[in-house]
Amino acid sequence: MTGTVEVRRALKEAAAIGPIMETPMVEIEHLSLWYGEKLALKDVGMLVPKHRVTAYIGPSGCGKSTLLRCLNRMNDLVDGVRIAGSIRIGGTDIYDASLDVTELRKRVGMVFQKSNPFPKSIFENVAYGPRILGAPSRSDLEAIVERSLRAAALWDEVHDRLQESALGLSGGQQQRLCIARAIAVEPEVLLMDEPCSALDPIATARIEELMLDLKNSYTIVIVTHNMQQAARVSDYTGFMLLGELVEFGVTRQLFTNPREERTEDYITGRFG
Amino acid sequence: MSLLNKHFWSSGEPFIWLTGGALTLSLILVGGLVALIVGNGLGLFWPRDVLRVRLADGAVMTGQVVEREAIPGQAGQYRIKLKVANRDLYGADFQWVDEVRIVKREYPSDVAVIERTEWGLLIGTIKEVRDAGNVVASGGSSSWAVIRARRPEAESVRREIQGIERHDIGAINYEQERIRLAFRRLELKGVTGGPEIEALRAQLAPLQERYKAQTDRLALLRNGQTLSVVVEADGGKTKDLPLAQVIDVRFPNAMSVLAKSAAYAARVWDFVSEDPREANTEGGVFPAIFGTVMMVVIMSVIVTPLGVLAAFYLREYAKQGPFVSAVRIAVNNLAGVPSIVFGVFGVGFFIYFVGGSIDRLFFAEALPTPTYGTGGILWASLTLALLTVPVVIVATEEGLAAIPRGMREASLALSATKLETTLRVVLPAVMPSILTGLILAMARAAGEVAPLMITGVVKLAPSLPVDGAWPYLHLERKFMHLGFHIYDVGFQSPNVDAARPMVFATTLLLLLIVVLLNLFAISMRNRLRRKYALAAV
Repeated sequence: MTGTVEVRRALKEAAAIGPIMETPMVEIEHLSLWYGEKLALKDVGMLVPKHRVTAYIGPSGCGKSTLLRCLNRMNDLVDGVRIAGSIRIGGTDIYDASLDVTELRKRVGMVFQKSNPFPKSIFENVAYGPRILGAPSRSDLEAIVERSLRAAALWDEVHDRLQESALGLSGGQQQRLCIARAIAVEPEVLLMDEPCSALDPIATARIEELMLDLKNSYTIVIVTHNMQQAARVSDYTGFMLLGELVEFGVTRQLFTNPREERTEDYITGRFG
Repeated sequence: MSLLNKHFWSSGEPFIWLTGGALTLSLILVGGLVALIVGNGLGLFWPRDVLRVRLADGAVMTGQVVEREAIPGQAGQYRIKLKVANRDLYGADFQWVDEVRIVKREYPSDVAVIERTEWGLLIGTIKEVRDAGNVVASGGSSSWAVIRARRPEAESVRREIQGIERHDIGAINYEQERIRLAFRRLELKGVTGGPEIEALRAQLAPLQERYKAQTDRLALLRNGQTLSVVVEADGGKTKDLPLAQVIDVRFPNAMSVLAKSAAYAARVWDFVSEDPREANTEGGVFPAIFGTVMMVVIMSVIVTPLGVLAAFYLREYAKQGPFVSAVRIAVNNLAGVPSIVFGVFGVGFFIYFVGGSIDRLFFAEALPTPTYGTGGILWASLTLALLTVPVVIVATEEGLAAIPRGMREASLALSATKLETTLRVVLPAVMPSILTGLILAMARAAGEVAPLMITGVVKLAPSLPVDGAWPYLHLERKFMHLGFHIYDVGFQSPNVDAARPMVFATTLLLLLIVVLLNLFAISMRNRLRRKYALAAV
């Protein structure tokens, strides 16, 4: 399960099972990644369909977060990282030498495992991205902030205290604020790195609902430890183990009828 | 029993007592030091009662009781130390009196304590007032009435004379020096005649006229001061004191507590607002306060950007490795280098090399008199900035290290560049740490004396580094400093005993200024902390 050809076949199969035809948003081919001497991703190939939620599951240290962070080149920040293979997002090779990383990150937003709002006001948190991209007028900014907060289902809770510190929000609200902040710059792809791992079940449920809303406008890639969550929110799931993408397919099929024995062992709880 | 013992030791109870004891001891030491300084420093300004003692041999002594101690070798015997003042009459300010020899003690209400412009305090009874040698009033009360009526005028004349000497004539001298330098500059260019020289000459004449006018005014004011006060001191000695020299007259024995408090407040105000007199042992310390604060401010303006930028490079941009670790250790150790070493470096590098070069390039006409090639407030501030820069670097670096990685990543993921992330997210968040570093740096700089002694501090600076003459801020000027003032008054003055209360008062003031500067920085830091509070991100 390595090359794009196989992935395309898998997608076709998936389409045959499911009711729809998919357009690929992210195409990963023969991607390998080394941290120094250590091989962290082994010849990974896959497609992420547009306007769908794609989940990566797998045990800790399997490379799913690393794969996610390749998509907006956050791994560039780590010393000693080496990458082979190619990733295309919307047809552009994102590891092309002439590519502007900030341009890429404008198109690929990210929500992190721990909510990380800036120590600024709620308004300034959401306005941060638009301000970086240029200096929109105050009224434009206000419109963007309201739209983003509404999209993140947070507007009703915070609209009367936009100037208060974001750090006064609860954990779930902070994470939704981070989502609002990420979508304020209108990315095409939204990466979510275990966005609910630090949240209680109620806050988790809200974020999951939110993801189902957001997938109409964005292509979402989520990394999760929680297999039930992957089953609940994702359309496609990839199972990773020791840096390899073991299996990729339509979520329902992967959970009910996995092709690979290792996948079955993992989702039935026999290891991991 | 041994089981109980074992339990006693392992319970940690003795350790708690040990830690508590260590803290208590430290607090007692610091508290005692502060109490000593506060007690002695504040006591200086209180108008003390004047004791008159009659001794067994018939001698009379009048003075303020300074201390009382047991006579060494004679059990049960005490002696008191009287500040009899009148240095010009007796030669010494203090007298020891054995209590056994005293036959009578009294606090006569007509004893005056006179503060004057020279020779320290004068203690005695006012006998008469004379005008150009002729008696105009005699006896205590009528003399006092005349003095009280004429003192305000004498005071204003005294201040006017001071103003003329310091400012008006000072400005003329400044102008004259400027013209002299302009001549010299032309001379260096080889110009010895022509319109430029003529123009300068033309400027000189009116200056000379202005100078003459001012000296005439001075002479007139001085000659108009003919009143004098005759004071009788112990042993029938009298002093004919010109009223112009009188700064203040008090009758402490006749003053109520309220009057004394008012006098106390007035003297405290004089202390912080007046220039020093009599080799710094009397008067105020305003120039030293000004110099200290200004030096700390200049140092802060230099050290903050320097230290912060260096810390940013070390933590944010430099590739972490053995070299950077070595640099970090070196910076930390720099904070432990004796300050006098920095002073010597300041003299060698800043004053002789940098200052000397500036002089040769821009102030050649003034040579061989150095302008920047000698100690000055700029060089002292730079030297102290060098001394304190490790503190700022270390504090800033620690602040940077404490900023969660997630916050930087969040910014980068929003397509901010590293520079944008640094300026918009990291810098605001690290601000409280920078201020912590600055607080430590200021506290260290304000109390430092050794390097200043060789880089620009003087016992008495003729003018402040800021005044009305262009360019208003004179960074090349020498300045006065409270720390050096303490050393100078306490150990270098001609009359150490009399100046001792002054030392305490100056120390108290220095402590107060350090505390105030720190409180200002701390309140600023707390405000920033509230604004940029880092939650458990």
